[in-house]
Amino acid sequence: MLKKILSRQETLVGITLLGLCLLIGFINPVFWTPGNWFDLARSATVTGIFAIGVLIVLISGGIDVSFTAIAVFSMYTTTVVMKNIGFEGGMFAFFLMSAVIGGLLGLINAFFIARFRLPTLIVTLGTQSLFRGFLLFVIGSKIIRDLPPGMAAYSGAFLFTVTDDRGITVGLHSAVLFLVAVAVLAQIILRYTMLGRSIYALGGSREAAERAGFNIPRTQVFIYAFVGLLAGLAGMIYGGLNRQANAQDIVGQELDVIAATVLGGASIAGGRGSVIGTLLGVMLVTVLSNSLILMGIPSTWQRVVIGAIIIIGTAVPTIRTLRSSRRANVEIEPVPVEQRA
Amino acid sequence: MSAPEVSYKPAPRIQFVVDGNLLRLLIACVAIFVVMSLLRPNVFPTVENFLSMGSQFPEIGILAIAIMITMLTGGIDLSVVSTANLAGVLAAMVIRALIPADAPEGQVVVGLAIAIAVAFVTGALAGLFNGLLVAYVNLTPILATLGTMTLYTGLTVAMTRGNAVFAENRLTFIGTSNVLGVIPIPLVIFVVVVAIFAVILNRTPFGLKLYMIGSNVKAARFSGINVRQVLLMTYVLSGVLSAVVAIIFLGRNNSAKWDFAPSYVLQAIVVAVLAGVNPNGGSGRIAGIVLAILALQFVSTGMNMLLFTISGGQFFKEFAWGALLLIIMVANAYSEQRRLAPKRKLREESGATSSESEVTQ
Amino acid sequence: MLALRIFRRVDAFLTLNRISKSFAGVQALDDVSLVVKPGEAHCLVGENGSGKSTLIKIIAGVVVPDQGEIIINNKRFDCLQPMDAIREGIQVIYQDFSLFPNLTVAENIALNYELSRNVKVVRWGQVRKIAQAAVDKIGVQLPLDAEVESISVADKQLVAICRALVQNARLIIMDEATTALTEKEIRALFRVIRNVQQEGVAVLFVSHKLNEVLEIADKVMIIRNGKVVVDTDVALLDRSKLTYYMTGRQIEEADYDYQPTDARPLLEVRRLSSRGNFDDISFALHRGEILGITGLLGSGRTELALALFGMLPVDAGEILIDGQPVQISDVQSAIRHGIGYVPEDRLTEGLFLDQSIGRNIVIRIIDTLTHRGGLLSVEKFRQQVRRWVDQLSIKTQNPDLPVKSLSGGNQQRVVLAKWLASKPRILILNGPTVGVDVGSKMELHEIIKDLARQGFGILVISDDIPELLHLCSRILLMRRGRLAGAFNRPEITEGELTARLTEATAIASAH
Repeated sequence: MLKKILSRQETLVGITLLGLCLLIGFINPVFWTPGNWFDLARSATVTGIFAIGVLIVLISGGIDVSFTAIAVFSMYTTTVVMKNIGFEGGMFAFFLMSAVIGGLLGLINAFFIARFRLPTLIVTLGTQSLFRGFLLFVIGSKIIRDLPPGMAAYSGAFLFTVTDDRGITVGLHSAVLFLVAVAVLAQIILRYTMLGRSIYALGGSREAAERAGFNIPRTQVFIYAFVGLLAGLAGMIYGGLNRQANAQDIVGQELDVIAATVLGGASIAGGRGSVIGTLLGVMLVTVLSNSLILMGIPSTWQRVVIGAIIIIGTAVPTIRTLRSSRRANVEIEPVPVEQRA
Repeated sequence: MSAPEVSYKPAPRIQFVVDGNLLRLLIACVAIFVVMSLLRPNVFPTVENFLSMGSQFPEIGILAIAIMITMLTGGIDLSVVSTANLAGVLAAMVIRALIPADAPEGQVVVGLAIAIAVAFVTGALAGLFNGLLVAYVNLTPILATLGTMTLYTGLTVAMTRGNAVFAENRLTFIGTSNVLGVIPIPLVIFVVVVAIFAVILNRTPFGLKLYMIGSNVKAARFSGINVRQVLLMTYVLSGVLSAVVAIIFLGRNNSAKWDFAPSYVLQAIVVAVLAGVNPNGGSGRIAGIVLAILALQFVSTGMNMLLFTISGGQFFKEFAWGALLLIIMVANAYSEQRRLAPKRKLREESGATSSESEVTQ
Repeated sequence: MLALRIFRRVDAFLTLNRISKSFAGVQALDDVSLVVKPGEAHCLVGENGSGKSTLIKIIAGVVVPDQGEIIINNKRFDCLQPMDAIREGIQVIYQDFSLFPNLTVAENIALNYELSRNVKVVRWGQVRKIAQAAVDKIGVQLPLDAEVESISVADKQLVAICRALVQNARLIIMDEATTALTEKEIRALFRVIRNVQQEGVAVLFVSHKLNEVLEIADKVMIIRNGKVVVDTDVALLDRSKLTYYMTGRQIEEADYDYQPTDARPLLEVRRLSSRGNFDDISFALHRGEILGITGLLGSGRTELALALFGMLPVDAGEILIDGQPVQISDVQSAIRHGIGYVPEDRLTEGLFLDQSIGRNIVIRIIDTLTHRGGLLSVEKFRQQVRRWVDQLSIKTQNPDLPVKSLSGGNQQRVVLAKWLASKPRILILNGPTVGVDVGSKMELHEIIKDLARQGFGILVISDDIPELLHLCSRILLMRRGRLAGAFNRPEITEGELTARLTEATAIASAH
């Protein structure tokens, strides 16, 4: 049983993460300060929420690259609308609207994927362009720095703060609660509901799922609407944290998020993946990106390191699988048999 | 004799449908051309415009061919643009190093030759690495090329500290001169590439092996095809094509930078899919690429003409590309459904239980 | 031809009345009627292309008939859907089992049941309980927490059966269920089927293996060209009658008469071992000889073949071809030494289903079909294709059609053609007539015998004892990675060989 846990991808990532933290902390003890950890949490939040959406899509055997476009669309549109109606209220409304818009955009994805059975990668490549183009052309492309009050205040919405002896205050931002909530929700859905199991089933064998009577279109509608909703939420968090609404932002990160999710054990082929693994994968990538500077590696080398990690991170499990396939196919009889004609 | 052969009548129908996709593309191409010409009769159907378009689409067209050959094997090469940028930067550096401002013609020629060679070698090596990861380490192509895409971009950034490298106008003739006084050089390069790859794919054993590997890699191994070698070669070719694009980039922009044209990857994939290349491998034709890129170029230029007074016109183009891709896919799906319906049942009859070439998930 | 008119039978579970179905102008089923009573084992026998697959799909609700009525549990269904069939208790176990490889055994067993009861929340304790109950019911052992992907084929089938039972199946349809099973596992399966029948569950058993049909069935329905030939008690049938009804003709098969022409062996294997696959294997194969290798699944016979073909590494021992020791390190070197391999599973390993018949045939030798410059010669291509289509009588109107349009027997010929085109000296055929109808099987055997007469050395790996006896002059028995026996054809009978195989079973299972 222990061997089984040890041989899983999630464990490997966890150990790597631990090792990495120890290494960086050793090189530069600043790593261990609360300030750094709050920073990491901030960085990981948006990526983490994206990644959980990506996880669900990957488990079902699909791929979605449009979520970043959905995120920025929802965020920007919400901001514009709220400004135009002069909304003075709290952030909650922003999140709600952004999530709803995201969900609706996700439904568009679901339409093409479920109704026409088109390949998910290509559909979402198309909708990515569609959404982004529409956003920039119709809704606007200016950076909005003058945010509605509810949104502008969000970047200061800390859960708690810590002040060190030099008088510098750092805080753990409340956005991390969203990540926790989304993770818990996803875990419950995936593990404890029939809907979640149908996602695994779909990724395992579409044909078997059809024959078993699973309602595949309905499952797909849920998947892509949910991803859209998460994307809308994450986009809004991003906008709030950065204190600006930039319509040309966010898009471009898709592949990195997908890589983090795959690093955490999700399979591109579908049928496998876990919330905990995804969170670990995101943490690994976040720690790496944020800590290169701490390690004294110039930021220009950042991409190289990340690229190398993606390659190594995905090569290792593949090589392990290759090795284990040289397992015994036959249980050879210990004693030679008497009879030879 | 024994049970009657499921007599497969529609032999001509199959032929038609294989070309049906191409036919649709051709019609779309012509239709767009006609519409644009009617809407902007003074600017669209002019020699000037053709020349202008002819120097724009070759870059994406060649990238699309690179993506196509990797898609044919059931993989994909996401690193094409990063490779091109890396190759371009290195070539530009060579030019700066070997060709001082007052260099005699001989030195210029030699310098350029070396620079171009460097670009090609870079492309080939980048492709080789991709091929090794895919064929020998058995990484999924999406992930492998995603990693190398990041890696190559990173290398380019690290080498240039994020800055552009200029080619001192040595290659600008590529962007400005015309063969026979009329045909833009990039277009000539494109035609040559198309011709070469049409031959490779349709007329060589290597090409056939590509298609077979994409169809069923297991059976390919069992049939004695050296799958590793073929895959390796495919990614090397993709890298070399990226290098070709790098030279054209350098020519037209007089500089190379790590972040040039990131959207070209998506556009190249759109072209490939539009052309009817099956992302799962096994089918797709060069003729499709040519028609697809022409269609998209007409749309793109047409959009520019219609919208150049409207600000943000390039954003509308992005929207239009996405919409066009989706429309074509839906159209393909409709005709696939019509074609497959009778065939699927015949297949049931003969007891075959394989996965259809129909594109799903 | 018997025209059956069946009126509503109250005691029947399933009644099909005058079902007809055609696809794109091909009449798949014509006026087919069938009655299945509870607890009955009804066998459906027919060649490939006879319509039996379509019939199953109609019963399962996956395909809607053009004409005729379907009555289940005294309810008439005008447009049967899969969910309806499942609710009425019809469960199909497909050849590929339709399991979820990424889910556990327990989940696979219980999942569909939970689904059909519209359960929204998953209680894992409950899942386990359901699975355990099903497993206990048929008296087998299964690793409930293992991922289905990692368990053996036989276990997968048991999972599929458990799943069917959990859903209160009243009719289980098994489509060629024994193809991937060993003798021992088939016995176990038949035991399970009989248990299940006692619970009042009917079984519709589709098979082309005549001796199994005779053993397990209560009633046998034979279908040919979409029409019912006969539907009767099994007691009234025997092997030759079955063959006659299936193919419409009497078939006598002559054994291959091997005349040794060359004392020197073409292929010699000495103490060949491969860690985890087989150990200490030695034998010799002569020109013109057909040597059989049989054994249970897990005996290492396929692994031996793969090692000879360069797909599995060899750790010890020698391989000699024409007296010269050779190294077969990969497929390319095996091919260079003149070895060809026709794999077990032609659909996933032997054919490129979407590609044309022609391409499938020439792919092995494609490098030779070129002009001097290296470009493909269309002429040479077509020539080769024509040649092999003729020589092996591949029934097709157009070799540009995708190979998936062919029947099983013809597909197997295409795979054979692929290898023959490369002029090997030694052919290894693994399960050459699996999933091929009786008529095609005979023809394939003739082709194989002919090849032997031409001087090829042929290794046939097979489970089909009559096939081995028809073709081979010597038969080797493998058990758990070792050679457990070697028999000369004239000295052994079908009964004896089966006994040896089962004895091998007994000994193997005793470990």
